[in-house]
Amino acid sequence: MATNTVPGPRVGQPTSLAGKAAFEVDDRLIVAGPLRRTLNKVFPDHWSFLLGEIALYSFIVLLLSGTWLTFFYDASMKEVIYDGTYAPLRGIEMSAAYESTLNISFDVRGGLLIRQMHHWAALLFVASIVVHLLRIFFTGAFRRPRETNWFIGVTLLVLAMLEGFAGYTLPDDLLSGGGLRIFSAVFLSIPVIGTWVYFTVFGGDFPGEVIIGRLYILHVLIIPAILLGLIALHLLILVKQKHTQFPGAGRTEHNVVGNRLFPTFAAKATGLLFIVVGLCAALGGLVQINPIWLLGPYNPAQVTAGSQPDWYIGFVDGGARIFPPWEIVLWGYHIPPVFWGALGLPGLMFGALALYPVLERVLTKDTASHHLLQRPRDVPVRTSLGAMAVTAYVVLWISGGNDLIADKFDLSLNAMIWFGRIGFLVLPPIAYWATYRICIGLERHDREVLEHGIETGVIRRLPSGEFIEVHQPLGPVDAHGHGQLAYGGASVPKKMNQVGGARRAIRGFFKPIEEPAEVQRQAEIEARGLESEQASRELSSSGRPSEGGRPSEGGRPQDPRD
Amino acid sequence: MSTPNASSVTPPEGGRRGLFRRRPAAGTPAAAARDRRRSKQHRRLANVAGLMAALVLTGVGYSALAPGASAADDSTGNPSNAVEAGRELYTRSCITCHGSNLQGIEGRGPSLIGVGEAAVYFQVHTGRMPLVRQEAQAPERPPIFSEEEIDQLMAYIQENGGGPTLPSGDLRAGDLAEGGELFRLNCAQCHNFAGKGGALSSGKRAPSLEEASDMVIYSAMLSGPENMPVFGDNQLTPDEKRSIINYVQTLKAQADPGGAGIGRVGPVAEGLVIWVVGVGALLFGIFWMGTKA
Repeated sequence: MATNTVPGPRVGQPTSLAGKAAFEVDDRLIVAGPLRRTLNKVFPDHWSFLLGEIALYSFIVLLLSGTWLTFFYDASMKEVIYDGTYAPLRGIEMSAAYESTLNISFDVRGGLLIRQMHHWAALLFVASIVVHLLRIFFTGAFRRPRETNWFIGVTLLVLAMLEGFAGYTLPDDLLSGGGLRIFSAVFLSIPVIGTWVYFTVFGGDFPGEVIIGRLYILHVLIIPAILLGLIALHLLILVKQKHTQFPGAGRTEHNVVGNRLFPTFAAKATGLLFIVVGLCAALGGLVQINPIWLLGPYNPAQVTAGSQPDWYIGFVDGGARIFPPWEIVLWGYHIPPVFWGALGLPGLMFGALALYPVLERVLTKDTASHHLLQRPRDVPVRTSLGAMAVTAYVVLWISGGNDLIADKFDLSLNAMIWFGRIGFLVLPPIAYWATYRICIGLERHDREVLEHGIETGVIRRLPSGEFIEVHQPLGPVDAHGHGQLAYGGASVPKKMNQVGGARRAIRGFFKPIEEPAEVQRQAEIEARGLESEQASRELSSSGRPSEGGRPSEGGRPQDPRD
Repeated sequence: MSTPNASSVTPPEGGRRGLFRRRPAAGTPAAAARDRRRSKQHRRLANVAGLMAALVLTGVGYSALAPGASAADDSTGNPSNAVEAGRELYTRSCITCHGSNLQGIEGRGPSLIGVGEAAVYFQVHTGRMPLVRQEAQAPERPPIFSEEEIDQLMAYIQENGGGPTLPSGDLRAGDLAEGGELFRLNCAQCHNFAGKGGALSSGKRAPSLEEASDMVIYSAMLSGPENMPVFGDNQLTPDEKRSIINYVQTLKAQADPGGAGIGRVGPVAEGLVIWVVGVGALLFGIFWMGTKA
């Protein structure tokens, strides 16, 4: 056995040093096959598929900056007297946690930058998760077989929010203490078990001496470990199930059109990683976040105006702010209003969010597997439900900062509260209706273009004196001049430019990267567009339908015949 | 709860009273002038003479009877002049709401007896008084009166009922860190941790301390304007007040070591930045990458 495994010299064996090393590695680990498959994995090139990656990269920033911060942070509620660099707090009693955060900010080299990067990356992490989630929702990417990944994603969002809240509390400044106080009140508001939950978590009267240490271990070990595991699972399932894609030319339920992981997508992803890290660093260096030295150490006797959570908890705060002061008694248990606003509402929202794929599957009885995405306009009910939920969320969000809005815009705080109460009930149905109409309108216009062709803007006068606008059919037409293309749920070109009616656009995103005169010269040689007798369209290369994209009569504009 | 009533009823009434008030003081010569143009020369002479006589009589009678003026006369000349001028200003601009005897008028303005010169300094110096209209809270404006006139009003109010007086000396002569602790304990819940102000109920607000001078902060603590509680010398000693002022002014002058301060109002501004700048920039970035496909 052993003698047989020694490889003899063979044809095709690597000669370079790196090649030899790789050969040796593969000989022992047998990774070439799986690696080749991985490198060949195809990623769709639509920009919205990069949203989840922003979350992934901000998580990397969080892990790196967070690890660095643990070198200097002291998760202790021991009372100390500050004697550091920041004069306005010298001689003040504070917790060791707050003191160490001050030291990170003022005495550790680069500490403030990393702290601020960490905080900005945290805000970005949750924000990009939400944007990613919205993309998944509105395009129906959560449908069978991807319900599991949707559920993991929602869990990631909730964990990210908890992780953020724990991190918000760690500096033990006036703001984080205020947040903790509200959190403790929310615990206490839970019927029956509230008091027990509270004492289990805090280990005594507020604020006690253990909560910072407990939140610390949650923040740096337990939640990140779960997050990391779930992210890995999320990605593994993604690779296993393959990407979804928007419908279009050559895209079916059984393939994925896009770029391979290596080299194109890897280059893109690396570029995006640098953009995300760069953005976090730029924000961390240029924009101040959570200036704990201005806030001062936490003291339960103190509170500051404008005490708000970070943005992702803001909607919970908003719910607590606008919920009417109803003291509801159920089965002999008194349930304080804060319970409904701060636990009931978010519980309902996240419950509905997590279960949405199941709800939709049950309601639409659509149990088939889907790998092609839907455009929001093609599923008006889902899109409108989403718009409704987003509107409700935004109302709660605005209400979470209603005191600042009232102050900065000279409004009455009471008026803001009533705006929140009425808006929460009235605006979502309006959003539903408006979105539904917009979806229907867009879809009808797509169908109209498929049937009657693109408006060319060319007005022709008929011998009878009637004026008509010439339409360009997108495909073969029947005896009445009606297009025969079926509605495919894909993007429909609406301008002549998009089907080569004009000369192609000058390339360049920020500024032209080619000479317009040269493009014109080439266009004249190629004789494209309306000036051309030939329809040399190359429609398939630009992602538009290839079959039927070629008009039956040489691309000449057709007179409508009915 | 009385605010809506006051705001709905007062403006027309206040306006009427304003007109009525101005007629005798500035309007009478004007009325006489109109007569003069219309009627004969002798009639005009008689009118002027009658008016002069009436004015002299009023002046003499007033100086003999008014208690405040004669009391001030006993000490020095200057204060009495100031008090007199202050009374003049008061009669012209304040009496409508605060009453002829500083007693205040229900639904219009509070009594000024015992508020002291500190309250006058704060209210008039920051342009909150004289009030333009009845609303939730007097807004800060450029002061209408000159420093000298404010001193005269202060003298007049101080003369009638006494009250807290303005401090002297270095108003920042206090311990910085102690001031911070006292600020967070007593002020931050309304004025925000960095003195940026905050909303109160029904359109009222705790103003930003950004523009507030040492004396304005001190006099506000002494007099408790609008919704602010009074921090008398028993609640916060003069030294503690100076500490707080020292802290507030130090904070205002202090640069933001972390970069742009974005208003120093906490997480709402930070959330706005991450969504508008952060997510906005990244959406642009990935859209750009998408077009590179």
